[in-house]
Amino acid sequence: MRTLLSGDYPRSRALTAVLLLILAGLAFAPFVFPGTRSLDVAAKACVFILLVASYDLLLGYTGIVSFAHTMFFGIGAYGIAIAAARLGPTWGSLALGSLAALACSALLSLLIGMLSLRVKTIFFAMITLAVASFFAILASQLSGFTGGEDGLTYKLPELLLPGTKLLQAPLFGVEINGKIVSYYLVFFAAAALFLALLRVVNSPFGRVLQAIRENDFRAEAIGYRSVAYRSVANCVAALAASAAGILYAVWLRYAGPDTTLSLDIMIDILLMVVIGGMGTMYGAVVGATLFVIAQNYLQDLMKLASDAAAGIPLLPALVHPDRWLLWLGILFILSVYRFPSGIVGSLRMRR
Amino acid sequence: MSSLLALAGVNTHIGHYHILQGVDFAVPQGGLTMLLGRNGAGKTTCLRTIMGLWKASAGRIDFDGADISGRPTPAVAQLGIGYVPESMGIFAGLTVRENLALAARSGPIDARRLDWLFGLFPALKKFWQLPAGHLSGGQKQMLAIARAMIEPRKLLLVDEPTKGLAPAIIAHMVEAFRELKRSDTTILLVEQNFNFARALGDTVAVMDSGRIVHSGSMAELAGDEALQHKLLGLSLDAHQ
Amino acid sequence: MSPAGQALPVARLDKVPLALIPVVALAALPLIPSLPTWITLTAAGLAMGMMIFIMASGLTLVFGLMDVMNFAHGAFITIGAYVATSVLLALASPVQADSLWLNLAAIAPAILAAMAVAGALGLAFERVIVRPVYGQHLKQILITMGGLIVAEQLILVIWGPDIIALPKPAALRGSFVLGDIAVEKYRVLAVFVGLAVFAAMFLVLSRTRVGLLIRAGVEDSEMVESLGYRIRRVFVGVFAAGSALAGLGGVMWALYQETVNSAMGMQVMILIFIVIIIGGLGSVGGCFIGALLVGLVANYVGFLAPKIALGSNILLMVLVLLWRPQGLYPVAKR
Repeated sequence: MRTLLSGDYPRSRALTAVLLLILAGLAFAPFVFPGTRSLDVAAKACVFILLVASYDLLLGYTGIVSFAHTMFFGIGAYGIAIAAARLGPTWGSLALGSLAALACSALLSLLIGMLSLRVKTIFFAMITLAVASFFAILASQLSGFTGGEDGLTYKLPELLLPGTKLLQAPLFGVEINGKIVSYYLVFFAAAALFLALLRVVNSPFGRVLQAIRENDFRAEAIGYRSVAYRSVANCVAALAASAAGILYAVWLRYAGPDTTLSLDIMIDILLMVVIGGMGTMYGAVVGATLFVIAQNYLQDLMKLASDAAAGIPLLPALVHPDRWLLWLGILFILSVYRFPSGIVGSLRMRR
Repeated sequence: MSSLLALAGVNTHIGHYHILQGVDFAVPQGGLTMLLGRNGAGKTTCLRTIMGLWKASAGRIDFDGADISGRPTPAVAQLGIGYVPESMGIFAGLTVRENLALAARSGPIDARRLDWLFGLFPALKKFWQLPAGHLSGGQKQMLAIARAMIEPRKLLLVDEPTKGLAPAIIAHMVEAFRELKRSDTTILLVEQNFNFARALGDTVAVMDSGRIVHSGSMAELAGDEALQHKLLGLSLDAHQ
Repeated sequence: MSPAGQALPVARLDKVPLALIPVVALAALPLIPSLPTWITLTAAGLAMGMMIFIMASGLTLVFGLMDVMNFAHGAFITIGAYVATSVLLALASPVQADSLWLNLAAIAPAILAAMAVAGALGLAFERVIVRPVYGQHLKQILITMGGLIVAEQLILVIWGPDIIALPKPAALRGSFVLGDIAVEKYRVLAVFVGLAVFAAMFLVLSRTRVGLLIRAGVEDSEMVESLGYRIRRVFVGVFAAGSALAGLGGVMWALYQETVNSAMGMQVMILIFIVIIIGGLGSVGGCFIGALLVGLVANYVGFLAPKIALGSNILLMVLVLLWRPQGLYPVAKR
């Protein structure tokens, strides 16, 4: 267990309980939460846990605010999408697409790192915003290549298709088909990569990053070339984000600008990482799961509240299901002020 | 002589660093007090703490009978303390005229006072409409001092005015400060150049590692080479 | 007061960036098939540029002075637009009357209301959201983004999710026609308003004591405090003024597009960021030139190659940064 978690324990009974609950829920999702919609929520949770964890590496551990993270997410997704759509739904083309996406992300992130990590935080944030917009525009304009605004739909190798039955009889009441295989591919890959990220942040490299985050000047004085370290962190985070994109594309069998590249997703990631807890990694697990559940189920709850409050001025509009982002936004602001380590931090303080 | 400014047990932390470790000293009314010490002794931090730019973590600062510790910088300045920082604080984009106009908080610049300053620093008159960023290092320093004196001040804090200046300009500075001493202003001047210090100082305090290790009259220190060597690691002839 | 007599050395204004505007306009001339089209596009570009300038000027000044990048600036634009819309829809008859004076009499309260609400919200925003995180850039970015999300949602709560149509007042519709050349009346108005705002800002900054404080504070706010000025109060005032200007820009933009939606502030934020980066963070003059350039480029490229129109301004930003990495008029910072 020590090596698995790289020595980074939850350090709180409450947090451990929550994490185990989430792990169990996701591991047995096809059986515990049967149905297309719940499985979709579970898969999305896996993908976003990885994506948000990769962003935590950047924001929480290295102290870099970047708005270009969805770009790498999109590169991963489009890598699979373009390969599967243009080269045919084979394992070979998926592998090629993945490798191409990862290589592209690595190069782009190193470029961005080298060029702009020399500038101040705010400037870097604005530049990444511009770059991400540019990329999103590119993706929707090059419709011949990327499917434009509508995105790409494609088939996957037979093993992963819902139509493929692996076992004749259902197991625990659930039909074991390609969708289940897809799910477990996503689940295990996300889990493995998450643990890898945990390893990275607890390594000597990770400690240097934290030192740089605390005091850039001092770290340089001690001898660490902070631009180099931050570039590598940028690269690792980008690769992990692309991997998340790859998994997402495999799950959805669709990739488009609105599912991967939009600013809304970037804002969602920000919300998840801050509310969950910056600089903790486990914050990504908690934040992403909470968000995905809220996005899909909270709205039903809010609809009930909104209908019940009909007649009172303003209240129905405030708790209208479409306004769930309002409450999350308020929670986000409170988290930045009072709970910099988010939910995870609060749970840890309770012990 | 009563003290215009008195520091008692002043400690200042900057981040994790404990810079001032219990500073006790007094600046007598009138005349020029020199604050000497090696690099890193805490002299600049001392001035900044008095100005309120950095907050003292412990101790008390009294100015003209009032406790000013912890007051915000604008309030401290409004009590009649002028400040010439090490970096001079010149607004490069503003003209010489605008720099001085800004410093004259209570209204238009007093013509007689301005003439007096022009007498001390003729360059200011010549470059009146020029953005201050175009001035040379020495001229900027003069502007900084003129700006601090554009209105009468009770106390003037000056941080290393001769840093990086050529000897001829330093000589001019000595004359200018001699003239400033004739006005009502008490001056607290931080320096590393001992010759400059000796020429102008009436009283002297020496700082080391965040504490005052000596205070007394300049005449006493100037006459005692052994003491100079002990406190500052140099003899009278060691500096230009 | 100035010593009599001698010729005094005066600094020269760096005119090279100013020249960029005619350069870009003239460079587009051979590419565009007909002169009337070029004139229309240029007018459109200048008008758009002016509106972006109005929206962006507050942001760049706030950053230059307070070292605060308010990512929620777009919310003030949107709020200004919505408030003005409510006022204008309530004053439907003077707005639709065919008299210019009646129209302006109706627009004036809409603009004043928009600016007042946006300015007041700016005050509240500075106090509640921004002030606790002075100097902490990371938290600033996060918190102002949070403020943006909450503000946008609150707008949806108050005004609902539907896009609201906002037709231009009757006297401002249509174009001035001279032979083959047609220039929209509203665009001419936008240019005038933009110039007026720029002139007002210029006069305040160069002729008043407050302006002096702001210019000095942008360079070295600590020194301004050491001279005895409570610069915090100036900060708050500039923040509120910047927000009010954003509101004004929002009104102009809403009338230009003739629709109002909750994301309009966010949509224009990318362009605003590009403009203030090009201009140099903290420089109002740079912002002015940057805005006009962006407006012109967006319209020329929008006509010539619509596919890359949105991306062309990002390329413009890259080119300017390669020439002057701190923007056209970098502000000398301590």
